[in-house]
Amino acid sequence: MNAPAKIQETKAEQSLNAQFDAIFAQTTQENANQRKQAWDAFKAKGIPHRRVEEWHYTDLRTKMNDAFALASKTAPKAEALKGAGDLKTHRIAIVNGRYAPDLSSDQDVAGLSIAQTNGFLAAQLGTDDAMAHLNQALVQGGISIKIDANAKIELPIEIVRYTDGSQVSSYAGTAVEIGSGAKALIIESFEGDADAAYQSNALTEIKVGDKADVHWLKLQVESAKAQHIETLSMELGAETNFQHFIYNEGASLSRAQLFLEFKGEGTHAGLRGTSLLKDNQHADITLFVKHAVPGCESREYYRSVVDDKARAVFQGKIIVEQAAQKTDGQMMIKTLLLSDTAEINAKPELEIFADDVQCAHGSTTGDIDEDLLFYLMARGIPEAQARKILVLAFLSEAIEEFEEEQCVELLEAMTRSWLHADDMVSE
Amino acid sequence: MAAVQETIDQVKAIDVDQYKYGFVTDIESELAPKGLNEDIVAYISAKKDEPEWMLNWRLEAFRRWKTMEEPTWARVDYPKIDFEDLHYYAAPKKREGPKSLDEVDPEILETYKKLGIPLSEQEILAGVAPENRVAVDAVFDSVSVATTFKEELAKAGVIFCPISEAIREHPELVQKYLGSVVPVSDNFYATLNSAVFSDGSFVYIPPGVRCPMELSTYFRINEPNTGQFERTLIIADKGSYVSYLEGCTAPQRDENQLHAAVVELVALEDAQIKYSTVQNWYPGDSEGKGGIYNFVTKRGDCREKNSKISWTQVETGSAITWKYPSCILRGDNSQGEFYSIAISNGHQQIDSGTKMIHLGKNTASRIISKGISAGVSQNTYRGQVSAHRKASNARNFTQCDSLLIGDKCGAHTVPYIESKNSSAVFEHEATTSKISDDQMFYCQARGLDEEEAVALIVNGFVRDVIQQLPMEFAVEAQKLISISLEGSVG
Repeated sequence: MNAPAKIQETKAEQSLNAQFDAIFAQTTQENANQRKQAWDAFKAKGIPHRRVEEWHYTDLRTKMNDAFALASKTAPKAEALKGAGDLKTHRIAIVNGRYAPDLSSDQDVAGLSIAQTNGFLAAQLGTDDAMAHLNQALVQGGISIKIDANAKIELPIEIVRYTDGSQVSSYAGTAVEIGSGAKALIIESFEGDADAAYQSNALTEIKVGDKADVHWLKLQVESAKAQHIETLSMELGAETNFQHFIYNEGASLSRAQLFLEFKGEGTHAGLRGTSLLKDNQHADITLFVKHAVPGCESREYYRSVVDDKARAVFQGKIIVEQAAQKTDGQMMIKTLLLSDTAEINAKPELEIFADDVQCAHGSTTGDIDEDLLFYLMARGIPEAQARKILVLAFLSEAIEEFEEEQCVELLEAMTRSWLHADDMVSE
Repeated sequence: MAAVQETIDQVKAIDVDQYKYGFVTDIESELAPKGLNEDIVAYISAKKDEPEWMLNWRLEAFRRWKTMEEPTWARVDYPKIDFEDLHYYAAPKKREGPKSLDEVDPEILETYKKLGIPLSEQEILAGVAPENRVAVDAVFDSVSVATTFKEELAKAGVIFCPISEAIREHPELVQKYLGSVVPVSDNFYATLNSAVFSDGSFVYIPPGVRCPMELSTYFRINEPNTGQFERTLIIADKGSYVSYLEGCTAPQRDENQLHAAVVELVALEDAQIKYSTVQNWYPGDSEGKGGIYNFVTKRGDCREKNSKISWTQVETGSAITWKYPSCILRGDNSQGEFYSIAISNGHQQIDSGTKMIHLGKNTASRIISKGISAGVSQNTYRGQVSAHRKASNARNFTQCDSLLIGDKCGAHTVPYIESKNSSAVFEHEATTSKISDDQMFYCQARGLDEEEAVALIVNGFVRDVIQQLPMEFAVEAQKLISISLEGSVG
């Protein structure tokens, strides 16, 4: 209330100071400027806290007790990386923020080029977020992925992001460029040593040309003690179809912040996802969808199941600029609270400056429908199992939107495994 | 089509730039010196003949306010207010406290007559059907100039008087409830109000009484360079019912004027309060010059079980509106409702909505908000619905619809939905759209011209809320809506 007192630096911020000094000393001349600028931008804001509107429900300042040391280069065993499981893919492995060609598959694929980078992203980000700035200040490495115009990549491109070690942190910067008319499915997984406490901060820029067809599946299966922050900035060309899906299961604290901007007319974007939370997990999905040109369509559908003392946060903002007439934006957030100590905070926002638009958002929060439960139990299904059937059905509705059968199967298997993990005896 | 035609006529009769209530009443006023300090607070308190506890309460608030900063989170944009450049007290010079209506300055009576607010009881008593009677408390700048039907209400045990009178006559009630819903340090403007509030209405409905008539307050800002800080406190004791109306207007001026009110409602067991507002402060001219800054804190407390508070608002005036009538659903089975029509045209900025805080068991709330933006205005719905751990079986339904007229205005929706109880069921839906060509074509194919068609469609859009208004207000509100949107089509 009083004149803003000088905010004391937290332990995490002090650790970050030392880490930056160390990494800055080793930075080459050509990148020094970018690193320093990002650091200054981060320092101006500090670690986000609840007084920062965008972070209101995820008070990182209190949740981030320390900033772990920057992870060094390691060589984990190939078996440690789970990725998309048995699916046949083009695998790209990123370990501790750095490209790991040894763990990646042969990259000789027509229309696809992968290159190791120092992780600095050239383009101006559409975001002025402290944690995105921090990524660029401490970035350890990254890759660039290019898909040529009109290339149709048959197999899914699999990006496995693995944090190796405990009490470490990794920062990766990834640039993805998808040419006009290209078609691709990307499956990206975030994982690490089971039971290890680590922090991963990923920053990814995706640029999609015109008339492309891109499907992106993110599997967030970090270790149960991990802290996961991902900033994704997307720019879409004209008449493109872009689908993004988040499967949110891991990490004690996770935040996915998605910034999407329509750059060309007649484009369709779908942002979807499911969050499966238990214990003391805290999962935050924050979207900024900016309609800057006319005639685009966006869909944001997210479903969460929250058990135990877990907490789900959803913030979605659809911005329709004055030029973006004929915009069609629909957002729907559904949450099931399975325990009396679970919590959901939702903030679906509309910010509209154009008049000829159709925008809507909806949100529902509640427990499993008693009538449905009764229906199943009346047919001899035990309550515990009936509940699981209903939760699975609730999540499947979102999963089934996926066009690729292989992704639907993968997601359903993961969902089932999460649901059955504890006490389910048989199908 | 009679109603539609009436609306059209009403619209035609008024120039785009012409605010109907923009006249100035020329009377001699007594003003506090400009600026704000402890002496001014004491001056206001002394003017009101207040007991010492009230003065201390004000001073405490003032000291708190000095440490606070103006909030900036609302989606409104205005030059910084110079709080030292205001008169915090303005009152018509009076002849030793008017005892009856006959003694009230005829200029003031004339003002209210022009505004369409009947202050003379006789005519009404002698005249039309008694069920249409409305008791009025008329607040002119910083003071209440007249309160009608006091005796009649007193027969039923209802206390309806200016709050300054209540502080003197009913200190036990005021001390018990004042600041119990909106604490002194609640927010910047509420704290400022607590320090310098000058007048407003006080209502107490005794147990089991259904208030025999509608109560209403009519606020009028007249004096330039003044701020109006009214304070309203309504207490509905066990099993009682009251319906309260509020209306506001101000003269047309090039400067901006500040209005920072606090309204507190307390509903005890089985009591019900219905609070309706038609806010029509001067909105500024077509260039966005002048107009009222309306920074208001309104909150109702469903303190005991089975109580109900219902807010209905029609917001058409003010250059800037910053207002969130809220309900704290503390008692088990209590209910809160919020029905709102917010219309912005010209350069108006509205950031309004509600808060429904579910604390008790089996509490229910309902939010229906209709926003209409035209011209170059910005219209934001900002609302919060939250269920605390113990709020089992809480229910909320929220519907926010926005209608955009013209391509230079903005409509925004910012809901905060927080649930900590699995048995709480919250549903929220929001839509934004414009009047579709199909709708217009349909109406025009049936012989309505463009303006008539828009009036018809808008009336349909806000119908859910209009229905919640008391009869006398509904007609008035409907006309007001058409006037506010005048010139926005084509």
